[in-house]
Amino acid sequence: MTFLLFAEQMLNGLQFGIMLFLMAAGLTLVFGVMGLINLAHGSLYMIGAFAAAVVAGATGSFTLALIASLAAAAAAGALIELTVIRRLYKRDHLDQVLATFALILILSEGTRWVFGSFPLYLDVPSYLSGPVTLPGGIQYPLYRLFIIGAGLLLAVGLFALIARTRIGIQIRAGEADREMIAALGVDISRLYTLVFALGAALAGLAGALVGAIQSVQVGMGEPVLILAFVVIVIGGIGSIKGALVGALLVGMTDTMGGVLLPRVFALLMDPSAATTVGASLGSMLIYILMAVVLIMRPSGLYGST
Amino acid sequence: MTRETYINAALSLLLVLVPFWAWSTGQAYILTLCTKVAILALAGVGLNIALGLGGLVSFGHAAFFGIGGYAMGILASHAQTFDPIMDWPILIEGTKSMPMIWLVAMLASALAALLIGALSLRTSGVYFIMITLAFAQMLYYFTIGWPAYGGEDGLSIYVRNSFPGLNTLVPVQFLILSYVILGLALLFSARLARAPFGLALSAARQNADRVETVGIAPYRLRLVAFVISGAITGLAGALFADLNRFISPTMFSWHTSGEIMIFVILGGVGRLYGPVAGAALFILLEHLLGGVSDYWKIFLGALLLAVVLFARGGLIGTLAGREVAHG
Amino acid sequence: MAEPLLQTRGITKSFGALKASDAISLDLHPGEIHALIGPNGAGKSTLIKQIAGNMTPDSGTVHFLGQDVTALDTVARARLGLGRTFQISALAMDFTVLQNAVLGALGARGGVMRFFLPVMKDRALLARAHEALERVGLQDHAATRTAELSHGQRRQLEVAVALTLKPKAFLMDEPMAGLGAGGSKRLTGFLDGLRAEAPILLVEHDMDAVFALADRISVLVYGQVIATGTADEIRANPDVRRAYLGEEDAP
Repeated sequence: MTFLLFAEQMLNGLQFGIMLFLMAAGLTLVFGVMGLINLAHGSLYMIGAFAAAVVAGATGSFTLALIASLAAAAAAGALIELTVIRRLYKRDHLDQVLATFALILILSEGTRWVFGSFPLYLDVPSYLSGPVTLPGGIQYPLYRLFIIGAGLLLAVGLFALIARTRIGIQIRAGEADREMIAALGVDISRLYTLVFALGAALAGLAGALVGAIQSVQVGMGEPVLILAFVVIVIGGIGSIKGALVGALLVGMTDTMGGVLLPRVFALLMDPSAATTVGASLGSMLIYILMAVVLIMRPSGLYGST
Repeated sequence: MTRETYINAALSLLLVLVPFWAWSTGQAYILTLCTKVAILALAGVGLNIALGLGGLVSFGHAAFFGIGGYAMGILASHAQTFDPIMDWPILIEGTKSMPMIWLVAMLASALAALLIGALSLRTSGVYFIMITLAFAQMLYYFTIGWPAYGGEDGLSIYVRNSFPGLNTLVPVQFLILSYVILGLALLFSARLARAPFGLALSAARQNADRVETVGIAPYRLRLVAFVISGAITGLAGALFADLNRFISPTMFSWHTSGEIMIFVILGGVGRLYGPVAGAALFILLEHLLGGVSDYWKIFLGALLLAVVLFARGGLIGTLAGREVAHG
Repeated sequence: MAEPLLQTRGITKSFGALKASDAISLDLHPGEIHALIGPNGAGKSTLIKQIAGNMTPDSGTVHFLGQDVTALDTVARARLGLGRTFQISALAMDFTVLQNAVLGALGARGGVMRFFLPVMKDRALLARAHEALERVGLQDHAATRTAELSHGQRRQLEVAVALTLKPKAFLMDEPMAGLGAGGSKRLTGFLDGLRAEAPILLVEHDMDAVFALADRISVLVYGQVIATGTADEIRANPDVRRAYLGEEDAP
C-alpha cells in the first residue's frame, strides 16, 4: 500500500471519528447528566440530515442548510424531551430502551411517510468541493477536511462550554450528583431540556455534514447510533474526553480495519472473497475492541464506576 | 385460580380455535400466521426467562435466534446438496431431520449463550445492554461476510425439513408441531419459575445483596438462566427458518432483538403467557394494520410507547392486575 | 476465655488520601453482643463491608470460626454461617414474607440449581421458614407482600431471613434504624434472647439499645478503635466522652 493511500485512509478514519464524536458527545452527556439511554439519538441525526437536504434544495445555500439541521434537530430534541423523555428519567433502563426504541419506529416510519423511501440529495457546495494538496503530496477532498475542521472546532467549543461556563458547571455537577443540584436551586427541567437539545443539535449537524457525502435516507442514523454507543462504552459513559478518545479509536479502527484486513486476507484467498471477508471482519473488529475494553475496564477508559 | 390463569386459558383457547376455524375453512395463510405467532412466542419465552425472571436486559437475543436459524440452514443446505460440512478430522454431514436440527440449534445457542453470558454478566446496567448488543452485531456482520451461506442475501432452503411421522409441508401439521413445542416450553418455563432456581433468580432480580447474604451467588444463577434462555430462543430461530425456508443475517440484527423484546413487553414481562399475548398482538397488528397502511410501524411504536409509559404490565398485566400466578 | 468466633486483625483500608479503616482489630466472643459505635463518617460501614466480604481490606485479616476468610466473598462467608442484616432492608419486595423466608432456608440448605419441583411446597424449607417467622412474630403475615409491610415489620423479616441460615454469628447494621420507641424495645428484647444462640456484632446509633444490650462496646472514630470495653468502662472513658458522647446524643 502506498503512503498516499495510507495517509488518505488515516484522514478518512479521522473524519469518521470526528463525526462519531459529535454523535457520541450528545449521547454521553444525556446519560451522564440524566442517566438516560436514548436509542432515538440516531433519529435526530436523520432529522438534521433531512432538514439540511430540504433547505438546501429550497434555497441552494449550504450554510442555511447546516443552520437548519441544527435548528430542526434541536427543536425535535426539545419536543421529544418535553413530551416523552422526561417521563423516563425515573424509570429503569429497560423502560428507557423500549420507549426510545418506540420513538425510533415512530420517527423513522414518520419520516418515510413524509419523504418516501427514496434518498434525498444534499450536495457539497461548490466552494467546498474539489481536492486540496496537503504536505507530502496528499490529495484530499476539501469537504472532508472541512468536516474534520468543523468537528474539531465543535469539540473545542464543547470542552470550553463544559469547563468554563455556568451551564457547564451545572452539567458537571448534575453528572456528579443529580439530587444536589436540584437542592441548590438549579432549574433541573430547563437544564435537562437544554442538554438534550444540545446533544440533538450536534447529532443533527453530524447528519447534515455526512449527508452530503453519503445519502440522506430513512434509517441512516442507525448504524451510526450503534457505533456511538460503542464509542461511549469504550470511552466511559458520561465522559466527553472519553467520547473523543473512543470516537477516534473506533473511527480509525473501522476505517483502517476495513482497508487493511482485505489486503491481509488477499494474501490468503482470492480478491473478491478477501474483500467480503475482510470488510465483514473489519466491522466485527470494533465490537471485539469494545468487548476487550469492557472486560479489562468495566467502566470504560475514562468512566467512573 | 387467579385471574391470570383464566387469561392464560382464554389465550390458549383462542390460539386453538383460530387455526381450527382456518383449517376447516381452508385458509392456509392464517394457519401459517398462527404458526408464526407460536414460533415468535417461543423466542419470547426464551427471552422472558432472562429478562422477566432474571431481570437481564439482553439487547442481543437475536444472536441466539440467528444461531438457531443458521444451524438449520447449514445442516439442511449441506444435506440437500449431499455435501458434507466437514471431512476431516471427523465426517460431519448435513441433515434434514428436524429433531436433529433442533438439538444442534439448541446446543449451539446454549454454547454461545454460555460464552456471551460469561463475559457480559461481569458487567451490569447499560454496559450489559451494550455488550449483549455488541455480540449480536458481531454475528450479524460475520454472517453478512459469509458467502458460503448466502452472505447478505441469505439462503433459501427450498424443501422443508422432515419430522418422523409427519408431512411437515402441510401447514396444519407444522402448526401442531410448533404448538406442541411452544406448549412444552411454556410448561418448562412455568416449572422453572416455581422451582428453587426460579425463586433465587427472581430474588436476585429484586435484590442481589439479599441473595448473596443467604449464600447464593447471583452470577451463577444469571449465567444458567442466560444459557437456558439462549437455547430456547435458538430453537425458535431454527423453527422460524423452517417456516420461511429462508435464513438471512437480519435474523441477527438489533431490530430483531428489539422485536423479540417488544413481544415480551407488549404481552407482559415476567408473565408466563406474556410472550404469547405479545407475539399474537404483534402479528395481528402487522397483518391488520399492515394491510391498511404501509406505515403500521408508527402505530406499533405508539402502542409500545403507551405500554411502557402507562401500562407497564403489558396486556396480561393490565387484564390480570397485580396478582402473579406463581408463589 | 473462649476462642473468638469472629476476629479482625489490623484491618486497613484507604481511599486515596482518606484512611477509612486504620489497623482495626476487633473480636466477637461466643454468647456476647459486641456493639460498634462512633460518629457519622467514622468508617463503620466500611468496616462492616470488609467483615461481610463486600470489600477487600488493603491489609489485615478477618477470621471466622478460626478460619482466614479475608479472601472469601460474601456468598462464601454466608455459607460458613455469617448472618447479616442491612441498615436499609435488603428484601425481595415483590415476594411474600414467606417467600423471603423460604429463600433464606433455600440458601442455607443448598440445592438452588433445581428446576422442576415447586419450592413453595418443599416441606423442609417451609418448616424452617415458618420457624424463623414465628420467632420474630411475623407468622400471621406470611402471605403479605413484603412491599406492603410496615418499616418495623421489614426489620423483623430481615432478622427472620438471617435466622433461617442458623448462623454462627450475626453482623447487624443499625437494626433499630427507623423504629419507634415500641419497635426498638421489642427488637432489643428479641436480640437479648438471641445472643445465646449466636453472638452479634452490632453497629448502632440508638444509645439506649446499645447500653441495654451490649456486653462490650467498641468506639470507632476516624477509622480507629479508640476504646473497647464494657458499657461502664466506655461511659467513663475520657477519650470517648470527648470524641463521641460529649456531642449530642443519638439522632
